[in-house]
Amino acid sequence: MSQTITIDPVTRLEGHGKITIQLNGHGEVEDAQFHVTQVRGFERFSEGRPFYEMPGLMARICGICPVSHLITSAKACEAIMSVRIPHSAAQLRRMLNLAQMIQSHALSFFYLSSPDLLLGMEADPKVRNIFGVVGAKPNLGRAGIALRRFGQHIIELLGHKRIHPGWVVPGGVTEPLSAAKRDEILAMMPEAFQSTKLALAGYKQIVDNFRPEIEVFANFPSNYLGLVNEDDSIEFTDGALRLIDGTGRIIEDGITAARSTEIIGEAVEPHSYTKFTYYKPLGYPDGCYRVGPLARLNIAKSMGTPLADAELAEFKQLAAGPVHSSFYYHHARLIDILYGIEKIEQILNDPLILDTHVRATAGVNRLEGAGQSEAPRGTLHHHYKVDENGLITWANLVIATGHNNHAMNKGVAQAARHYIKNGKFTEGILNRVEAVVRTFDPCLSCSTHAFGQMPLAMTLLSADGEVVDHVVRS
Amino acid sequence: MSKLKLATVWLDGCSGCHMSLLDLDERLIELAELVDIVYSPIVDAKEFPDEVDITLVEGAVASTDDTAKIKKVRAHTKTLVSMGDCAVTANVPAMRNPIGPQAILNRAYIENATLQPQIPCVVVPKLLKTARPVHEFVKVDVYLPGCPPSADTFYTALTALITGGPVDIPALTRFGA
Repeated sequence: MSQTITIDPVTRLEGHGKITIQLNGHGEVEDAQFHVTQVRGFERFSEGRPFYEMPGLMARICGICPVSHLITSAKACEAIMSVRIPHSAAQLRRMLNLAQMIQSHALSFFYLSSPDLLLGMEADPKVRNIFGVVGAKPNLGRAGIALRRFGQHIIELLGHKRIHPGWVVPGGVTEPLSAAKRDEILAMMPEAFQSTKLALAGYKQIVDNFRPEIEVFANFPSNYLGLVNEDDSIEFTDGALRLIDGTGRIIEDGITAARSTEIIGEAVEPHSYTKFTYYKPLGYPDGCYRVGPLARLNIAKSMGTPLADAELAEFKQLAAGPVHSSFYYHHARLIDILYGIEKIEQILNDPLILDTHVRATAGVNRLEGAGQSEAPRGTLHHHYKVDENGLITWANLVIATGHNNHAMNKGVAQAARHYIKNGKFTEGILNRVEAVVRTFDPCLSCSTHAFGQMPLAMTLLSADGEVVDHVVRS
Repeated sequence: MSKLKLATVWLDGCSGCHMSLLDLDERLIELAELVDIVYSPIVDAKEFPDEVDITLVEGAVASTDDTAKIKKVRAHTKTLVSMGDCAVTANVPAMRNPIGPQAILNRAYIENATLQPQIPCVVVPKLLKTARPVHEFVKVDVYLPGCPPSADTFYTALTALITGGPVDIPALTRFGA
């Protein structure tokens, strides 16, 4: 008899998700899906609002990566204004973006995934959380809290608020950096470096225990998309996009935000409120790709900072070409963090960082504009059209979790097929299936800006598609 | 004395209130010594427990899933806290209310789709006609506004709720804070 296993909700995830797994009459996994169950309508209800309200409004899509929406939205607005923002404003935003990447990665690695990595996939679900980690591995648990605090505190110093700061505006930022704040951030550096060093050492100590998971956690060749600078180094805020294939060959390079709107398509599947993006010239699903830490490290040839470059060289030894197992998102995330701390230090030592020219002003000079940046979990796009008065007439957002949607679904099915035999599964097995999704660090608030939430449930269907069982984890 | 049981629930919101709660940083460890966090996006419980002392609810009620969830939460919670402006007033989620769910869905999945335009309907819950504040569905005991309420607000308010001490919420936070 066939059945459906439902995991609902998927926990330790940034949003509302369900996983359904369909088994056939022999208890073998036929297929599996990851469902996003929330939709909200930002693209539609922003219509009619002045474009300069968009950064503050769009930030409310997500409390985890509001800075990504602030910056990407401001960039789309600046395309409409046709301005280049002042150097110091660009550097301050870059720092804000990196601070957010650090806090979001610390959330993903320590608060959400380290319970699996440090306590074990089969650990008692009652203690399989950040508090369990702090109890069992206090140094690492506290390092994670410190790293998240580091990123959040920089955001607070720059923008006056840890979540939804109003400091980023079309044209730049509202106020310059003071010397006192610069020095306060510089004084926080040693603890951040020490915490990251602990995390990398801790990860390398346990990674070999996860060889079986590495084999089946969304481990397949795919295309990868991410921002790089002209010198092939990693970039989060400016630069242009590069798309590579599963062998590392460049498919398209120098992709600007305006070009992205032409080449990225969005497909809809009936089981998820998050759309599935793809590279139009290759079609759907062949043109699907992965984004985020793993993609960025597969694409960039250097980090441009010494400690992170040493880590990148080691990371590149994992495979002859691109690294394909999504388990390695965890590793890549820690290297991103190290880069972020080094880069913030570099930015603070920029002789122009205290410059008071931080905002360009202009009205509507184009009726359409697009912006892109790297959110912690991958590339983010905002695309707006306005009328002559600057009122929004149309908006579309393409979110990192949409870019990764195809790979997440395929990865969930890969792990489910491997672990579920003869229709038998345990709590630890279902936790592994959820852990595949956690590697991607999907942001379900963001991905469902359109409407709704992501459900994570498991359903078993018969070979003819009939729902045989619906198992909710408890 | 056994520890109080604390739950946190996320309906139609951005997770910013949950993130602000995590901004307690090291004080989170202190909090976990006072209460057991029995249900939350950051722990692994899949079913809402039978008896919870305090539940913090983020977000508006916007889908059929949200309605079912908030009713279940209320039935098993002693003190229900509307956490943040979306739970208290429906705030940003309610911006879709004058437009209606059909137009919202059409824009995202039909007009702004390149391929296979369709409204998702498998497993995903249906949207309510409007997004509404939590207290329109169930009785709310404490209102904690803010977008989001700050970590210090959480610390002071939670400490008072846990110890039974007095708390002057309007002195701590406000709509839009």
